[in-house]
Amino acid sequence: MDRNIAGVTIQVNEEGYLTSFQQWNQEVGTALAQEANINMSPRHWEVINYLQTEFKNDVPLSIRKIGKSGVVDIKEFYQLFPIAPLKTASKIAGIPKPASCI
Amino acid sequence: MNEYNGEIRKMMIILSKATLENVYAAFVLANGARMEGIEAEMFFTFFGLEAIHKEKLEHLHIATVGNPAMHMPTLLGGLPGVEALATHMMKKEMERIDMPDVHEFLEILTASGVKLWACKLAMDMFHYKKEDLYEGVDDVITVGDFYKQGSGVGTHMLFI
Repeated sequence: MDRNIAGVTIQVNEEGYLTSFQQWNQEVGTALAQEANINMSPRHWEVINYLQTEFKNDVPLSIRKIGKSGVVDIKEFYQLFPIAPLKTASKIAGIPKPASCI
Repeated sequence: MNEYNGEIRKMMIILSKATLENVYAAFVLANGARMEGIEAEMFFTFFGLEAIHKEKLEHLHIATVGNPAMHMPTLLGGLPGVEALATHMMKKEMERIDMPDVHEFLEILTASGVKLWACKLAMDMFHYKKEDLYEGVDDVITVGDFYKQGSGVGTHMLFI
């Protein structure tokens, strides 16, 4: 479905994840973060950039991988994105909902 | 129920067994709750205490006897080494699907904000002291304390 956010039209699925990463830009990410009550800091963006890089390299994401990323540890990940961090961060990053159970 | 539309807000998971398959089930459920933004607390009682016992947690086994889903004759499952072999094979499979070992899983759980409680009665029964336990364990508490932890709308309890 179409939705207008940060002055552009993007396509999202029924859970609000972007269906095409090409439509993502930082303003869209910032607006999606605000909807999740998150004010983006440089630290948030470092994590988002990491998730996007992994997505572009076709690496499936999990909490365990985040912990081993060297970018952020699990504790800080939960501090940055307190509620459902992997899902919330993926939504802000414009990448699909993670399918991992761990 | 109406307040949160029946939504799960908190999972209280009681682990009473130390066979690897039960420990992993409890850990995956607790971690999965946190990943969904649901609070999670665990209560380790009876043999479940082994999952947080410093010297025992690395040596948990799967049950090859009395477990029909192993599709192994009971007599064979009881032979020396069979349980160790089955455990070894299962651990290899788990690593393949990116499943952490027990110690690493405990670290993931505590970093994710899961509270870990040890059952006082079982601690006394097995003569364990708080120092014997994994350092991330929050405290040794009674069952009454655990129920109090679970008060509030949207809390669910699970016994494994």
